Amino acid sequence: MSSYLDAADQAVEHALALGARYADARVMHRRTESMSARNGAVEALDQGETVGIGVRALVGSSWGFFATPHLDASSVRAAGRQAVEIARASSRVPGPASMIPADPEVGSWASECEVDPLEVPVSDKGDLLTAATAVMRDQGADIATGVYQIWDTRKWFVSSEGHRIDQHIRECGGGISATAVGERETQVRSYPSRRGQYGTRGWELVTELDLAAHAARIADEAQALLRAPQCPSGQTTLILGGEQLALQIHESVGHAIELDRILGWEAAYAGTSWLDLDQLGSLRYGSELMNIVIDATYPGALGSFGYDDEGTKAGKRDAVRNGIWTGVLAGRESAAVAGLDYGGSVRSMDWSRLPIVRMTNVGLEPGPHTLDEIIAATDDGVFMDLNRSWSIDDKRLNFQFGCEVGYEVKNGKLGRMVKNPTYTGIGPTFWQSMDMLSDEIVPWGTPNCGKGQPGQVGHTGHPAAPARFQNVRVGVRG
Amino acid sequence: MSPDTGARTETAERVLEAARTAVGGSADVDVTVEHEHLALTRFANSYIHQNVASDTDTVTLRIHADGRTAVNATTVTDDAGLAALVERTVAAVRLSPADPGWAGLSSRAPLPVASAEPDLATGGAGPEARAEQVKAYVDAVGDLTAAGFYRNRLVVTAYTNSEGQALHGTVVEAAIDGIAKTASSDGASRQASRRMSDLNGAALGARAAAKALASRDPVEIEPGEYEVVLEPTAVSDVLWVLGGYGFNGKSLTEGTSFVRLGEQQFDPSVSLVDDPLSGPAAGPLFDSEGTPRDRLELVRDGVTRAVAHDRRSAREAGVTSTGHAGASSAVEGAEPINVRLEPTVDLTPTEVEGPAADSSVQALVAQVRRGLLVTDHWYTRCLDPRRLVMTGLTRNGVWLIENGEITRPVKNLRFTQSYPEALAPGRVLGIGTHAPAFASKYGAYSAMAPALRLAGWNFTGGASG
Repeated sequence: MSSYLDAADQAVEHALALGARYADARVMHRRTESMSARNGAVEALDQGETVGIGVRALVGSSWGFFATPHLDASSVRAAGRQAVEIARASSRVPGPASMIPADPEVGSWASECEVDPLEVPVSDKGDLLTAATAVMRDQGADIATGVYQIWDTRKWFVSSEGHRIDQHIRECGGGISATAVGERETQVRSYPSRRGQYGTRGWELVTELDLAAHAARIADEAQALLRAPQCPSGQTTLILGGEQLALQIHESVGHAIELDRILGWEAAYAGTSWLDLDQLGSLRYGSELMNIVIDATYPGALGSFGYDDEGTKAGKRDAVRNGIWTGVLAGRESAAVAGLDYGGSVRSMDWSRLPIVRMTNVGLEPGPHTLDEIIAATDDGVFMDLNRSWSIDDKRLNFQFGCEVGYEVKNGKLGRMVKNPTYTGIGPTFWQSMDMLSDEIVPWGTPNCGKGQPGQVGHTGHPAAPARFQNVRVGVRG
Repeated sequence: MSPDTGARTETAERVLEAARTAVGGSADVDVTVEHEHLALTRFANSYIHQNVASDTDTVTLRIHADGRTAVNATTVTDDAGLAALVERTVAAVRLSPADPGWAGLSSRAPLPVASAEPDLATGGAGPEARAEQVKAYVDAVGDLTAAGFYRNRLVVTAYTNSEGQALHGTVVEAAIDGIAKTASSDGASRQASRRMSDLNGAALGARAAAKALASRDPVEIEPGEYEVVLEPTAVSDVLWVLGGYGFNGKSLTEGTSFVRLGEQQFDPSVSLVDDPLSGPAAGPLFDSEGTPRDRLELVRDGVTRAVAHDRRSAREAGVTSTGHAGASSAVEGAEPINVRLEPTVDLTPTEVEGPAADSSVQALVAQVRRGLLVTDHWYTRCLDPRRLVMTGLTRNGVWLIENGEITRPVKNLRFTQSYPEALAPGRVLGIGTHAPAFASKYGAYSAMAPALRLAGWNFTGGASG
């Protein structure tokens, strides 16, 4: 809509007139819808619409940002003025700030979408969740939940360097969970994962999940977990399902390679990184099987877009190649401070938040095996699947994850189900122990990545497949 | 009335009438209009690197008609935007599946009396005032590296519903939260208040620097169970976790909470309240359903007394709402948001030399024969809510205590620990004499948390795994 581009233009021009040496403005319009069902009934249907403009101004070597929902000419000019005033105040405690050069991109982009999720009748979507949760309840689940979420986002971006970009990104997904409550424990089984599966796709993604077909199975498995033995404790061979490996990538690779963390910009909150830029291109991060790619062009994955929120066109770049650390997630500002020549990974949650370094799609390239082959090649170990808990230190080294379900692996076969499977380790040691990787890649979506102050929730994608790791400590209990 | 409250109230009433007209007769309708001014100046590597402010107006309309419920929100607050809001919500409620858990609207009821008017100057503080506080913090850190934020926030809320309940409130908060860094250590300090004049960037920066200097070159120690002194900063995590998972009415009804009402679940020295009338303001004196929120005694002398409810979970439990409905409480359950662990007495502490936060913490340290002093918890996540077993790490300074003295800094440790079991009868060996106020980094929660001396804390991993 040209009026939104015009509004952004006015904000930028006013900021420049008041002394900014660079300014950009982003109008965002987002419609959202989410529904939660429990035990066969809907418990929440929330819809929303939000529109506003966020203006970023660089004055001298200091930044300011101001956001308002009002898009009339007077309000957007005032937003430009306030961004400049905030930048001038920043200069009371000044630091280095600049940006790497960029081509002034002009373009449009839209994500693929077969079935507009907001056009699917609420009643149909509700029936899907109530039916699936009713099946789980009838199958013995103490708590049966289902959820879907939809985001329909349009953005108009203008910069003082000549960027003029509009995008339309539609995202959705969902999932179901069954909880069994025991005397001193709860056990959970989910499909396709605890958070669900999400992507930059239409409602066809949710239809393909076929939630109802998995409802009875996960309810049975949650009950079976109450009766299962504890996951053994000690050092062993660990096989992870793809969804758990996706979160492992997210926490121990994706966040670690964020350039703002490496530079110390998140030191007091999200933390820093164990990575040192002096080792970029030479540090061994993992085994030869470890090839991690940053790819904002991955079709349908949740971290895909046409341009990031600084106007950099989406691209693909190695983060780890044959186990060696080769790339970071960067923006134009952090790249300039670090002496790098690429950005492309800056996004904001909505118009009211400052764009910051964010994961796009950060994931593994496929390996040479299948999960069946990995299990068949394992004499003694544990297979764990679907994330239940996650914790990692502020340098992204020391992690502990819990999964919903585990199985003993004996003599090349899956054995008994075990409950409360957990594993812990140190990032590079863990990744260097990866000796088998499947080719069964799924681009898992993470719709709840928290970062930044004020807080922002980001959407990221993580192509991942089952893999095997050696000498991992499992079965940590409190 | 606070500035702009009248306009928000008028908008709420206008949307209420439009929705009642559109949906017809006997529908339950409520409207919340919220204006938030949020300003945050962030610093890292000892300079301001991010500096933001935003003004957001949000109108939320909820309709329950013919056994169905829909909630719709918008930031488009002109006439066309509000008309579209009503139209979308009415359309959604007609198509939505049945909502058998609907608990009706709140009835007319007065608010508790606030102790003071909100300090509007704090809420509206400009970027120059924030930069001054940041500069004071950075200057006090000296040659070390400073990182953190200064934030001020003003929220004006108006609520009205078709049962005649009409409320408004203004919430103001300011907070400083930062660290000082050396090459091998971090030290933290933070404070929140309803008045920015209570905050002292220079003193907080000096405290963070003292802790960072005292934790240089830490050594690794063997994991295991240690007696601990948790500083107020770490205790705030314990309180928020207990509140979110345990004192959550929905979790209790569903059987996933550790809470057993009326039982001596905690040491007799433990008394816990949710108190919206003191400490930093986490929200107005009413919840998103228009139910007034007053002081709620969660634990008295170690005996669990109550949990937080919204109308939905209260109906299911056969009790009344405690005024803790929020945007996600229908799904996640209602939880306390202004938690305070009562200190033994409330004495103003003094500054002390070394890493302990203040004289209140130092007094607990002096009683420990061998144990650990922990500044902060980090990335705590729940393994199982039934026993409330959490895993997480220490952060921003840990020290070994030997014979009542802090003897050396140690590297961060991972713990896997049931929080209520750490506070069980006989396990609490001391509670500090002062409860400083904190604002959560993660949401609109506050805590007032004295230090705790605990008989045991289960550390399950060290810096090297």
